[in-house]
Amino acid sequence: MRRLVTLLAENHPGVLTRVAGLFARRGFNIESVAVGVSEVPGLSRMTIGVEGDEATVEQVTKQLNKLIPVLKVVDLDPQEAVTRELALIKVNAEPSRRAQILQIVEIFRARVVDVGPRTLVVEISGTGDKVEALLAMMREFGIKEVVRTGAVALERGHRLMRQERVEEEVS
Amino acid sequence: MSERLNGAQAVWRCLEAEGVSVIFGYPGGAVLPLYDALLDSSVRHILVRHEQAAVHAADAYARVTGQVGVCLATSGPGATNLVTGLANAYMDSIPVIAVTGQVTSRLIGRDAFQEADVTGITLPITKHNYLVQRPEDLPRVFREAFHIARTGRPGPVLIDIPKDVQSQMLEYDYPAQLNLPGYRPTVLGNPRQIQLAAEAIASAERPVIIAGGGVVSAGASGLVRDLAEMQDIPVVTTLMGIGAMPVTHPQCFGLLGMHGRFSANRAVSESDLVIALGMRFDDRVTGGAGRYAPRARVVHVDVDPAEIGKNRSVDIPIVGDVGKVLEALLPSLRAPALRAAEARRAWLAQVQDWERQRPIAYEESDDRPLKPQRVIEEISRLAGPEAICVVDVGQHQMWAAQLWNHQQPRRFLSSSGLGTMGFGLPAAIGAQVAAPGGEVWLVVGDGGLQMTLQELATAVQEELPIRIAVINNGFLGMVRQWQEMFHRRRYSAVQFGPWPDFVRLAEAFGLPGLRVQSLAEVGPALTRARLEKGPVLIDFIVDPEECVFPMVPPGQGIEKMILGPDVPAVRPVAVKG
Repeated sequence: MRRLVTLLAENHPGVLTRVAGLFARRGFNIESVAVGVSEVPGLSRMTIGVEGDEATVEQVTKQLNKLIPVLKVVDLDPQEAVTRELALIKVNAEPSRRAQILQIVEIFRARVVDVGPRTLVVEISGTGDKVEALLAMMREFGIKEVVRTGAVALERGHRLMRQERVEEEVS
Repeated sequence: MSERLNGAQAVWRCLEAEGVSVIFGYPGGAVLPLYDALLDSSVRHILVRHEQAAVHAADAYARVTGQVGVCLATSGPGATNLVTGLANAYMDSIPVIAVTGQVTSRLIGRDAFQEADVTGITLPITKHNYLVQRPEDLPRVFREAFHIARTGRPGPVLIDIPKDVQSQMLEYDYPAQLNLPGYRPTVLGNPRQIQLAAEAIASAERPVIIAGGGVVSAGASGLVRDLAEMQDIPVVTTLMGIGAMPVTHPQCFGLLGMHGRFSANRAVSESDLVIALGMRFDDRVTGGAGRYAPRARVVHVDVDPAEIGKNRSVDIPIVGDVGKVLEALLPSLRAPALRAAEARRAWLAQVQDWERQRPIAYEESDDRPLKPQRVIEEISRLAGPEAICVVDVGQHQMWAAQLWNHQQPRRFLSSSGLGTMGFGLPAAIGAQVAAPGGEVWLVVGDGGLQMTLQELATAVQEELPIRIAVINNGFLGMVRQWQEMFHRRRYSAVQFGPWPDFVRLAEAFGLPGLRVQSLAEVGPALTRARLEKGPVLIDFIVDPEECVFPMVPPGQGIEKMILGPDVPAVRPVAVKG
């Protein structure tokens, strides 16, 4: 089972090390990590993809909560969250096949962000599945390089990470 | 009102502001400013012979007093020598502050002389750690570090201070307020959960309390006893929970787990309600098996939410300080229903009967060879219940856990979670510093003593009257026992030879040494040792191949418990429920 855990942490040097170190020493698997500043100055927000059963994800959440610079941890319900990944794909684009590529880019609502004599760089954002689907299409033309971010996610609706939730005491 | 000080002066002022009266340390290049400022401080400094001893002594000081223990070391090797002791304090949830020097800020990351990434190294073995980059941060960092170390689930916190930060000036003002938005331990239990626990207790017919180290650190042993007596519940303890209940109390069945008593383990495995207080279902308690306490619902009280459900599934979890939770629980307890009350009296009688059938026993010998268990019992008898018993790690540790007359909390000091050989002697030093007038006995193996032997010099220099009982079997006894039992007696690297002469070693360090080889010599030697004004060592030459029983083989259920060399494993007997 893959879950997304999202957290708010003080934006200090070493916080990412603490989070990553915790996963390493407790034997939890990180699938993806995305880190950036949040809407609050001094706080960064991380979205971590975790592979594991329910008990593992619960332990991950609890252990993350014990890190002093971590202010809040939420195990996101995938049904209740908007999730996005971003990928840049450098694909072979001989002049004869360019039109075909551009058509696929259009269908995926992706964008061409760089044009070279023999390559295009395509930017896509979307769910992991959508990114995978475009990659599959592009493979036909010959992918030279790919770079992907980890997933970022926000809860749907009006709920905010920073709002005091009812202290969930237990599992 | 602030005051202009350099960083080093500020450190001592911070320690004084936290009520620290003594620290254990070892100087070096990166802490020279701190050692200079020490001369103008009221804090007493105990100079150890190796940094590992400083952290173990600080740890033991904390165990005895309940206050934060503090140690100090220089950068690089000084700091890395603290690693074992920090891991030890972390595993046993002991509040310790380690202050380390670091190379000058502009040299950090350049592999400078005596540089090590100490905050990186200690990340997984501290509750939190700091690298102080500006002198003006020192007061806030110390305020936070002490708060973090002593509250919630206690643990060690390391503060790494570059040498230039120690020399730079700051406006010193110790902050009254804390700002730690990411650290708010839950202390009070959830009332709804406490109510559920009360209901479960009222209807239980075969309840048992497992008291762990959390009971001791919360100062809740009186409340545990109240709960047990009010409700006729038997109590068993983990290694860290020893002393939470007087071992002579008719409802106390002592240690459980791998080398626990038959009655204690049996009580848990037949129980219908386990009330787990400040303990963590460690594999030395449960055998590591998933079928622990198979018939029981579990109420688990712990101040660390991450402990709940980590090792054993829990029916009624309560996050909070054991003391605060029990204070809320006790008034809401009703007398058990008549049927339950009768069943419970029968249950208690049953557990007492198991204890009578299978007490901790060992084969007595005539005068020789000396039985190690007997030596430990004799020490306990003479020293009395007020004495502090410090142990190292191995067979003697288990015998002392089983056989010492434990009456109070904070009187039995053991490296329990990490199992650190070499803990004993420095811990005895810390204990004696914490309890200057108290009688401190160190029960230590000949293996563990050789790991931190140099600290005999510290004990002599500080005139600490610790009484050292070496349980000398010439083997690494516990490893030997496992090789005997699980590796067909193929002994591999467990025998020392040639044997160091501990009596002459003691004398070389400047303390009296005695040797005891027969039962007749035990009493007189102990009496003489108790009269010494300074440290004293007795070398007890004991039966070399004695084993610790009972024993639950690792990874097995308690039905596989081995009671003695010739006693077959116990078969489970269903209890009528």
